[in-house]
Amino acid sequence: MNWNYIVRRVALFLVVVWAAASVNFFVPRLGTGRDPIREKLGQLAASGGLRQDGIEAMVKAYQAKFGLDKPLYVQYLNFLGDTFTLDLGYSLANYPARVGQMIGNAIPWTIGLMVVSVLIGFALGTLIGALSAWPNAPPWVRSLAVPFMTLSAIPPYLLGLIVLYILGLKMQWFPLSGGYSPGMLAIASVDFYLDVLHHSILPALAIVLQAVGFWALGMRGMMVTTSGEDYVTLAEANGLRNRTIFFRYGLRNAMLPQFTALGLSLANVVAGQVIVEVIFAYPGIGTVLFQAIQSSDYTVINGVVLILIMSIGLVTMLMDFLYPLLDPRISHSRQN
Amino acid sequence: MSESVNNREPLLDISGLEVHFETRRGIARAVNEVDLTLYKGERFGLVGESGSGKTTMILALLRMIKTPGFIAGGKAVFDDGTDLLALNAEQVRQTRLKRVAMVPQGAMNSLNPVIRIGEQMMLTMREHGEEGERDELMARVVGLLEKVGLKPEAASLYPHELSGGMKQRACIAQAICLNPQLILADEPTSALDVVVQRQIMQTLRQLQIGLDATVLLVGHDMGLMAQFAERVGIMYGGKLVEVGTVSDIFRNPQHPYTQLLISSIPSFETRGDFKGIPGVALSLLDPPSGCLFHPRCPKATDACAQREPTLKEVSPGQWASCLLHEEEHDATAS
Repeated sequence: MNWNYIVRRVALFLVVVWAAASVNFFVPRLGTGRDPIREKLGQLAASGGLRQDGIEAMVKAYQAKFGLDKPLYVQYLNFLGDTFTLDLGYSLANYPARVGQMIGNAIPWTIGLMVVSVLIGFALGTLIGALSAWPNAPPWVRSLAVPFMTLSAIPPYLLGLIVLYILGLKMQWFPLSGGYSPGMLAIASVDFYLDVLHHSILPALAIVLQAVGFWALGMRGMMVTTSGEDYVTLAEANGLRNRTIFFRYGLRNAMLPQFTALGLSLANVVAGQVIVEVIFAYPGIGTVLFQAIQSSDYTVINGVVLILIMSIGLVTMLMDFLYPLLDPRISHSRQN
Repeated sequence: MSESVNNREPLLDISGLEVHFETRRGIARAVNEVDLTLYKGERFGLVGESGSGKTTMILALLRMIKTPGFIAGGKAVFDDGTDLLALNAEQVRQTRLKRVAMVPQGAMNSLNPVIRIGEQMMLTMREHGEEGERDELMARVVGLLEKVGLKPEAASLYPHELSGGMKQRACIAQAICLNPQLILADEPTSALDVVVQRQIMQTLRQLQIGLDATVLLVGHDMGLMAQFAERVGIMYGGKLVEVGTVSDIFRNPQHPYTQLLISSIPSFETRGDFKGIPGVALSLLDPPSGCLFHPRCPKATDACAQREPTLKEVSPGQWASCLLHEEEHDATAS
C-alpha cells in the first residue's frame, strides 16, 4: 500500500461526507413546511398560558439566532463549514442542549451495546455457519444453523418484544428498560458496571439472536464452496490436522466476504437498531434519533445522520486499508 | 504378485482392493478387486479412461474416499507389515505425507491463497511433529524449493505470485518434505503446457531417484507414461486388465483393450486414419456379465460374456486379464 493510494482514499472519504451532508441539508427542507421553532413556541405558549402575542417576534429572534433568516445558500455554506469542523449546532427541540453533546452522551451506550452484540453475533454466526458446512463437524453442531436461521427471519424488534415478555416480564430475570437503574450514580464503580451489564443483556440478546442466522447463512455458503477447493483437499492429503484445515484453510478463506459485510454492519449499528433501542428505552443514539424525528428536530437528525454517514465512510475506508492484509491477492499498488 | 524385472523389493502390496459408491440405483464398483505390487524406487504408471478408477484408487491409498464412496475390502500392506487400509484416523493422518504423499492434479489452486509458500510448508512440517526453530525449518524449506528448481525467494511469495509450473513445483517440494516412500501423482501436469510438463516430469524423476521413492503416476497421456514410467498398469471399469514393463506394454500388449489403446496413439512414422476404441465406456451401475470389456472387444467370444477373466502372467513380468490367455478358453475355442 502506498501513500498515493491512502491520500486518494481519504479524499474520496471527504467527498462522500460532503455529498452526504449536502443531501442531508436539503432533504429535510423539502419537507412539509413545518417550522420547528414556531411549533415549539406554540406548544410552550399553549402549556404556559393564553397569551399568544409576541410569538411572531420570538420566532424571528430565534430564526436570526439559528441563522434561518439568511438565504438558503448562506445557510448551506455555514452548514458545510460547521460540518467539517464537527460543530453540529443546537438542538431545536431541546434548546439550549447542543447536538454534539447529546450525541456524545448517547454514543458510548450505542457502541457499548451494539458493537459488542454485533461482534458476538458475527463470531457465533460465522463459526456456526462454517461448522454447518464442514463435513467433519459433529452432527449436532451442524444442525445448530437451522434454528438460528429461523430466528434471523424474525425482525430484531419483534425478537426484542419476545425476550422482553418472556425473560423480563414473566421470569423477571432482567430489567424491562433503560441503560441503568434509575437513581444509580453514573460513576465508575463495580456496582454500576454490573447494573449496566444487567440492563444490556436483553437488548443484546435480541440483536445477537437475529444476527447469528444472518452471518451463519452467508458463511455456510462460502464454506461449502471453500471446502471443495483443491487446497483443502491437498491439505487433507498432506495429513494436516482437521482443526488446522478447518481454521487456516477453510474458515480463513471463506471469511473474506464476511469481513466486508461486517464492516458495513458495524458502520450501520448506529442506525440499524434504532427500534431495538426504542423498545428497551436504551439511552443510545437510536433513541436520540427517534425522539428527534418525533419532534422535527432537524439539527439532531442532521447530526445523527451525519455521524452515521461518517462512521460508514470511515469503516469502509478502514476495510479498504485492511483488506490487503486479509487477502494478499488484493493490492493497492498500481504496479499490479 | 510378480517378480520385479529389476529385482527390486516390494514396497506396497495391494490385494483385492474394492472401492464402492452407493448410489440410488445401486452400488457402483469403482475399484474392482485390484491386485498390484509396487516396488521400491520404481516409477509405475496407471492408465485408463475417465471413470476407470485410477484416481479413486489413489484416493483409496490416501484413505480419502468420501461418502457415498467407501473402501469395501482389500489390503494395502507396506513392507513393514502396516496395512494402510486398517489404520485408524490419527494413524492415517500421520501416514500421509510421511509415507504416502500426493502431487495434486490442479496445482493452480492447490495452495492456500492467503499463506506464503514458505509458511505453508513450515505449517505442514509442524503438523507432522517436525520441531525446530523458525530459521531451521525455513532453511529446510529453502533447500526443498531449490531441489525442485525454485529460487529461495519463492518462500516469501503468495501462491498467486507464482506461475502454474512454479506452483506445481511448490506442491512437489511440499510433497517430498518428509521423504515419503510413495508419491502418488494424479495427472500432475494436465493443466500445464507441454514444455513445462516435460520440465516438471524431469524434476519429479530426479527427485524420485534421489529419494529412492516409488512414484505411482496416474494419467491418460500414453506418451507421458512411456517417457516416465518403468512399469505400466492399464485399468478398465475399475479393474486392472494388464500390467507390464513399458516396453512390453507398448511393443507387445496382451489384452485387447491395451492393444486398441496402443494402436490409437498417433504415429509420426506411418500415416493413416486415427483409430479409436469402438463403443462407449461401461456403466459401473450396470456392468456387463463376464469380462467387462467384451461388449467392445473385437476378439470377444461367447465365453467372454459368461466367465470373468483373472489376471494371469502371460510372459515373465507381464500380466493380463483376458480369457484369450486362459487355457480353458483355449480349449473351448479350438
